[in-house]
Amino acid sequence: MKWGVVTFPGSLDDRDALYSLGTVLGQHIVSLWHKDRDLKGVEAIVLPGGFSYGDYLRCGAIARVSPIMQNVVEFARAGGPVLGMCNGFQILCESGLLPGALVRNRSLSFVCEWARIRIETAHTRFTAGCEVGEILRMPIKHGEGCYVADEATLKTLEDKGQIVFRYVNEAGEITDTVNPNGALHNIAGVTNAQGNVVGLMPHPEHAVEALLGGEDGRKLFLSVLAR
Amino acid sequence: MQKMPTVTLQLALDHGLTADEYQRILNHLGRTPTFEELGVFSVMWSEHCSYKSSRRFLRQLPTTGPEILQGPGENAGIVDVGDGLAVVFKIESHNHPSFIEPYHGAATGVGGILRDVFTMGARPIASLNSLRFGAIDHPRTPYLIKGVVAGIGGYGNCVGVPTVGGEVYFDTGYNGNILVNAFTLGTVRTDRIFRARAAGVGNPVIYVGSRTGRDGIHGASLLASREFDAKSEELRPAVQVGDPFTEKLLIEACLELMQKDLIVAIQDMGAAGLTSSSVEMAGRGGMGIVLNLDKIPTREENIIPYELLLSESQERMVIVAKAGHEEEVKGIFARWDLQAVVVGQVTDDGLFRTQWHGEEVVRIPVSALTDDAPVYERPATPPVNLGQRQQLDIASLPLPSDCGQVLLRLLTSPNLASKEWVYRQYDSFVCGNTVVQPGSDAAIIRLKGTTKGVGISVDCNSRYCLLDPYRGGQITVAEGARNLAVSGARPVALSDCLNFGSPEKPEVMWQFQQAIAGMRDACLALGIAVVSGNVSFYNETEGRAIPPTPTVASVGILQDVTWHVTQWFKNPGDVIVLLGETHNELGASEYLATVHGMIAGAPPVLDLEMEKRFQHLCLQAAQERLFSSAHDVAEGGVAVALAEACITRPEGPFGAQVTLPGNLRPDVMLFGECQSRAIVSLSPDKLPRLEQLAHTHQVPYTILGKVGGTELSIASYLRVPAVALQHEWRTALARQLNI
Repeated sequence: MKWGVVTFPGSLDDRDALYSLGTVLGQHIVSLWHKDRDLKGVEAIVLPGGFSYGDYLRCGAIARVSPIMQNVVEFARAGGPVLGMCNGFQILCESGLLPGALVRNRSLSFVCEWARIRIETAHTRFTAGCEVGEILRMPIKHGEGCYVADEATLKTLEDKGQIVFRYVNEAGEITDTVNPNGALHNIAGVTNAQGNVVGLMPHPEHAVEALLGGEDGRKLFLSVLAR
Repeated sequence: MQKMPTVTLQLALDHGLTADEYQRILNHLGRTPTFEELGVFSVMWSEHCSYKSSRRFLRQLPTTGPEILQGPGENAGIVDVGDGLAVVFKIESHNHPSFIEPYHGAATGVGGILRDVFTMGARPIASLNSLRFGAIDHPRTPYLIKGVVAGIGGYGNCVGVPTVGGEVYFDTGYNGNILVNAFTLGTVRTDRIFRARAAGVGNPVIYVGSRTGRDGIHGASLLASREFDAKSEELRPAVQVGDPFTEKLLIEACLELMQKDLIVAIQDMGAAGLTSSSVEMAGRGGMGIVLNLDKIPTREENIIPYELLLSESQERMVIVAKAGHEEEVKGIFARWDLQAVVVGQVTDDGLFRTQWHGEEVVRIPVSALTDDAPVYERPATPPVNLGQRQQLDIASLPLPSDCGQVLLRLLTSPNLASKEWVYRQYDSFVCGNTVVQPGSDAAIIRLKGTTKGVGISVDCNSRYCLLDPYRGGQITVAEGARNLAVSGARPVALSDCLNFGSPEKPEVMWQFQQAIAGMRDACLALGIAVVSGNVSFYNETEGRAIPPTPTVASVGILQDVTWHVTQWFKNPGDVIVLLGETHNELGASEYLATVHGMIAGAPPVLDLEMEKRFQHLCLQAAQERLFSSAHDVAEGGVAVALAEACITRPEGPFGAQVTLPGNLRPDVMLFGECQSRAIVSLSPDKLPRLEQLAHTHQVPYTILGKVGGTELSIASYLRVPAVALQHEWRTALARQLNI
């Protein structure tokens, strides 16, 4: 499968996503440059982590209006699979492809650690190969990962099964102590109504090799291939 | 045009120069310097840039070896790791700026060290840091640590280089002068190494990166080369402000540039900005440089030449390009939305010249600023009461009534408590190479495209250095190497960051010389080269110097990264073995300081031959995959090392049941800090092979017990639930800082 990873000038995990998809998972990979209006015929798109344009303004606020994002939005609206990780999730929310927003962690500090997330739905392109209730271990590393949305939106997300991942403890329970950033309803990731666009704060691209601590992230990428 | 001040002796003194140095300037030039020239001399001859008090001693350190591609004198040192790949690294201080403005001081410290590394053509892949604050209950400590940690994270996390380890210490000796030492390591193909050596008459000098502002003027001379007093707060404008996004662009643009054959030299504008970067490039190449200051991109109008020359605005580089390739260079920077401007050229007149509005405002022989800068042989004498402070009568110390309580006190003391609150704020995953995350003896990074790995550890026990700087220097080097060896990485080279008080004080100069001598002897014995580093003098406030702190960042190689060993127990039933020998020592220990309130006694003895055999044993055992875990015995002794092996396991703690045979006092056996020891665990069927190896390497060992259960129990001395120990240890730091 041909994957495109977008590089904004301040993207940081773009190279890691390319390595994980290409070298580790053996996928056909291409790098997409933020100034280009060309998706090079990719079949799936990854928006990586980082600080797209420095993000001194709201995270992802400038990335939303970058040339490549116009193509990404068209691609997503046409049903193409798009995965936003960390900064990529923030950009998807800013672009209106996903509901809600990500604000500063409630601790007001950057947080970097392994987190556990529970699969809440298998009806997305990136969780189709997972079981509901399954627990995955992945790194998180962000300063603005607190997911928020208004009550009505949250209700819609809950009712329509658009919450994809929640932070849980070892036993799979949703508790406040394992919520690393204060996200409402412990939300770690959501999808759009069609299930082709998924955003999450954890980093599946940093969980594909046992040598580096875990392989659970593979499941998200392999889910797209399964179809 | 604005009238510049007239240069007088008084003005020179105000610039931090001495009367004698001013006279030397007059002799070099044969005339009175211009205002701009005075500024240039004052920064280039500052302690920070010229190493005038330390240079003679630094020459004693071994700097070469079969794997060393670049020793001191460049932006960073380089070690060959084979397969056409090399690692480039350096540690550097940013102490005074961080004390005055903790966030930006620490952030720009990270930015500066990153530039030193990518300047050589290397992609930075790992950062570490060594931080020292005043007493944990000092009113300024929470403010400083919060700011410094946020600054390191704010910058490091935003440029995409993981912070994979470090150390944090608290001591009243740093109440008025904290230490922020930042380290970065990068990788480079051995055929793509770039150096900062100007060459080729007529080649263009190109300025890239941020515009020049008025920030950081005289950072090198007035901030870094003077002690602090009550007025130091007023120096805040001399602290630079960092912009990590621009740094990220610079990294990518420069690395892209270096893939092509377009440039001959490149250097970052660090301390003393445009002046030192141009002068150093010209000096190394034996060339001259002429700059047209009218061309320098500026942030505001009416910046005068003096400011352009001395500004330490961040995220700027100077490049000497090959003539005729200017447009290609500009094109690469434009792709990353950075400007590149031709501001001068290389000459063969050996002069540093700058023009402004058609007038020559600086004309100085480059050699006067580099090789012919002053070198001092300052007086050195041992502190008067040192002999007395080294006395310690162990027999007169009261024995602790509850060793379990003592262990708990040590594990919750600020220096031994978990530093999770700190490293949780740093991205340690980006770049996708981190095999061992913060929290073990050494960080382990894999090298993509090879089977190899690199181990890195930063260390210094400044209490040892205070009580005996020679032995402290020895142990600093040995401990760094030991942390690597127990982790499976063969120590090869180090970068040093020598933090001391004022070199104008004979006692400080003596400490400095002794520490260097100790480091030299340990390096020679263990086969380690010093490849880069910096000296930070004048770390004192109101006349009180910091404890001598020669921080060392040690780098080791693993031919196979899967040889790596972590410090925590892995399997119930594994045998626990103490490698090395325990002597009747408690001097300079954490136990003595924390429990008895004494900073006294001589630091533990270090037998370098034993240390070498011990490290060889550890490396051999790692290669044969004998160890489930291996942990250096350091501050807090065997008891703390055992406790850490139980509770630092990320997935949750294990217990251990051990005995502690020997005829020494319990507190010596439990908490003494004898050198060349480690706590290892291994599967029982591997024990015979370990015993065989220990015999071959002539390293004494003691079988202590087994991993398992829920308690750590050490003979009849103590018995504590591991979960409780872990909880106290993990939460102690944030609790005591009240954050």
